[in-house]
Amino acid sequence: MNAVNNVMGFPLLSLITWLPMAGVLILLTIRGDEKTVATNARWTALWTSLIVMVISLIIWVRFDRADAGFQFVEDVPWLAHYKVGYKMGVDGISVLFVLLSTVLTPLCILASWESIQTKVREFMISFLILETMMVGMFCALDFVVFYMFFEAVLIPMYLIIGIWGGPRRVYAAVKFFLFTLTGSVLMLLALLAMWLHAGTTDIPTLMHTSFPPGMQKWLFLAFFASFAVKVPMWPMHTWLPDAHVEAPTAGSVILAGVLLKMGAYGFARFSIPMLPDASAYFAPFIFTLSVVAVIYTSLVALAQEDMKKLIAYSSVAHMGVVTIGLFTFNEEGIQGGLFMMLSHGVVSAALFLIVGVIYDRIHTREIARYGGLADRMPCYAFAFMLFAMASVGLPGTAGFVGEFLVIVGAFKVNFWLAMLGGAGMILGAAYTLYLYRRVMFGRITRDDLRGIMDLSAREWAVFAPLIVLTMWMGVYPSSFTGFWDASVAAMVKQHTAALAESVKLAGVLH
Amino acid sequence: MNWTLALPEIVLAVIGLAILVFGVLRKQDNVLLCTMLAIGGFLVAGVLVLNGGQGVGFNGQFIADPFANFNKVLILLGASLAAILSLDFNEKQGIGRFEFPVLLLFATVGMMIMVSASNLMTLYLGLELQSLSLYVLAAFARDDLRSSEAGLKYFVLGGLASGLLLYGISLVYGFSGTMDFAKLASLLTSPEMASPGLIVGLVFVLVGLAFKVSAVPFHMWTPDVYEGAPTSVTAFFATAPKVAAMGLLLRVMSSPFGHLVTAWHSLIVMLAIGSMVLGAFAAIGQSNIKRLMAYSSIGHMGFALAGLSIGNADGVRGVLVYMAIYVVMTAGTFACIIAMRRQGRAVEQISDLAGLGSNDPFLAMLLAGFMFSLAGIPLMAGFFAKLYVLLAAVEGGSWSLAVVGVLSSVVGAFYYIRIIKVMYFDPPAGAFDQRAPSLSFVAGATGLFTVLFFLFPSPVVDAANFAAQSIFR
Repeated sequence: MNAVNNVMGFPLLSLITWLPMAGVLILLTIRGDEKTVATNARWTALWTSLIVMVISLIIWVRFDRADAGFQFVEDVPWLAHYKVGYKMGVDGISVLFVLLSTVLTPLCILASWESIQTKVREFMISFLILETMMVGMFCALDFVVFYMFFEAVLIPMYLIIGIWGGPRRVYAAVKFFLFTLTGSVLMLLALLAMWLHAGTTDIPTLMHTSFPPGMQKWLFLAFFASFAVKVPMWPMHTWLPDAHVEAPTAGSVILAGVLLKMGAYGFARFSIPMLPDASAYFAPFIFTLSVVAVIYTSLVALAQEDMKKLIAYSSVAHMGVVTIGLFTFNEEGIQGGLFMMLSHGVVSAALFLIVGVIYDRIHTREIARYGGLADRMPCYAFAFMLFAMASVGLPGTAGFVGEFLVIVGAFKVNFWLAMLGGAGMILGAAYTLYLYRRVMFGRITRDDLRGIMDLSAREWAVFAPLIVLTMWMGVYPSSFTGFWDASVAAMVKQHTAALAESVKLAGVLH
Repeated sequence: MNWTLALPEIVLAVIGLAILVFGVLRKQDNVLLCTMLAIGGFLVAGVLVLNGGQGVGFNGQFIADPFANFNKVLILLGASLAAILSLDFNEKQGIGRFEFPVLLLFATVGMMIMVSASNLMTLYLGLELQSLSLYVLAAFARDDLRSSEAGLKYFVLGGLASGLLLYGISLVYGFSGTMDFAKLASLLTSPEMASPGLIVGLVFVLVGLAFKVSAVPFHMWTPDVYEGAPTSVTAFFATAPKVAAMGLLLRVMSSPFGHLVTAWHSLIVMLAIGSMVLGAFAAIGQSNIKRLMAYSSIGHMGFALAGLSIGNADGVRGVLVYMAIYVVMTAGTFACIIAMRRQGRAVEQISDLAGLGSNDPFLAMLLAGFMFSLAGIPLMAGFFAKLYVLLAAVEGGSWSLAVVGVLSSVVGAFYYIRIIKVMYFDPPAGAFDQRAPSLSFVAGATGLFTVLFFLFPSPVVDAANFAAQSIFR
């Protein structure tokens, strides 16, 4: 396709996908006593992920924002017999999620520096494998390759929750695994059906293949089973609070920051462009579930006693806004949905890290155990406040742009949709501020809180990039939306054209 | 009379006899040497299979074609791995006797004849040679009550299945006048050509073979035999004989009865669905890892049968890829199971694996890899096994099979990841004894294949494709 962008034929995307595996190999060879291994494992993983991050920034610089097609494309025959290729490439929709993954991974490794003390080497191996799978998934331009990465994410995540998680970690890990797997295998069947219909698994080709409307509905439902679990949409969200509460901080961060985006990305990459008729047909259904998610889970969040659970429920609500945006099929809505995915990726990740900071110190996430921390931890209070505001959607922070665009897009579809979807912002403000007040304000009543330390240098290093990103996205969103303007416009145009085509066909038939 | 076609089988049989004579004449058992000879024999036979001629020999009794060769290589691979695994286990269990490699060789010869059969008579000969050797192997730990019980159970039920098979063969012969696969195929060109008696015969043949692949509802022997037999024998049972029986079933259903696909399709579908579902659900309650592997193999055979039921070359290719991957990952799993030994005693409860992740990270990582692979999680080889079968099923329009297949693999994933849970999430139990290098070798080699299969899938898939085409010519 666009070989010029491929940095002189250099497989950049494969490099950032597979480089963490080199780190894994190094980790496997570390010898020595437990303490040495742990220290070396931390540094190896950090350096690997930092190098990957730096290399991935080349994409940021060299990505041609005016081009709506796929860039940095690599294509190698793989299952030649079945015309399946190892094909990688990014377009405006996927490129920023690749970067999100590569930026969050080193932060996660840094955040687990002290909180992970057992089996450090295994933890870092799991994390680097996870990075490979995430990046590969967003880069994959072949459906089979995409599916492999999509499902393989389960392996490291299952281990991360199950080995380093909280008291009910086994239950949470198994639930996470089985929920997601059930959805994925149904998608596998849809994949096979599309494969046989189109004769290829090449994603750009599939996007321009028209499937019969009757078949589209079945395919859509199969995709829905997979992506709705991953997003997660109400009522398939029940695995999420369990997984979040039990996972270690870094696990929660990746879960909220990247893994949830995989579902929404799936909708944007597969369901909407490939199945336009079914998407239009099922849009009211998606809207209903999303609105329920926004309002119901926001109310549930209000009642939570556990900080992580509260943020987990707020994630479900925010992702509900994302799915509303994606299924409006207009530029504002889809752009808003994508922006919301990105901002939620940064902000909810940051909020989980925020919880992790005090959890590392006091070892509880119970909201009632805290109070008055603002006195002792002013820097922490500032960071927390900033991310809480971004989560609420305060103008000038990352959260505002996405929600605003989604609501504008939703207005074009239906007033009540916008109204009910927007209600999430109010409820979001309620539970977030309520959380903030209970944790940060008031008087310190417990002795162990009196001696609590403010952010350390390491924690600053974790939060600083996230603070910058949050403000940047809020103040100058164009440097991010610029990436996908062309792609989204093409997507909307194609969707409208496909629908018009179906209507015309239906007219001929009648 | 082109006897060179059967050269690999003849070589193996001669080596078997030679070891037998050698073992009897020497007073003390020299198990290591005998086993090494057997493994050498397997290697020689493998080379001969790959370089041998192709065609029909022994007056139409025996056929050497790519399909037979593919299966033979798998059988030899399974047998060799089982032989390596038996070295350490048999010695430590006090059952290290030279008869073991001899029986292994004879069973392998039987299996190779099975997949090369082009006549119902040869089929039966091969099957019986295999079965009789396996009955003895199951009871190989003769002082162990459970092993003797396993051998007897296997023998009685296997004898019954053989009887059914013979009865079916006699019906087919009586109603068609021939036992030759090629002649049967030319007689039975459409479902109308088959008389009801012949269909009954076909069903009996199918039942007899379904017993050998332990498809539901003829699976009852499997868990008991797997659990009772010495683990080295179970490792063998789970690999090579499954390939042979599945290869035989593929050939019989596709070649002589290929045009009767409408007659047997629904039967195989029922066997497949029953096996997948039972294999998935019955394994959940198991606490013994060998029993669990028994149910797991039932489920896997169900998946392979699903590929067979499509009744075309794509389906057969899917099954062959499935069997190839299945043999490797199962052999690896059994290498890990054999390594479960505490203070000199073999342990086989799943709970014994607790804390393996801390005690022995290498073994735990491998076993976890095999479990993910058996569950069919991508990047592991097991995913590709399922992928090819599902692709054939969807292409053939068998949506019910495909949906049952993927959902039962989710249920199956539950018990596979439970093993990983026990290894990594549970508080540690005592450490296992030092592993023998032979076990590490088998587990490591098969583990590498399982993890890295996704990089180079083509050789296996192309070979399977070539093999599948050859029986549909």
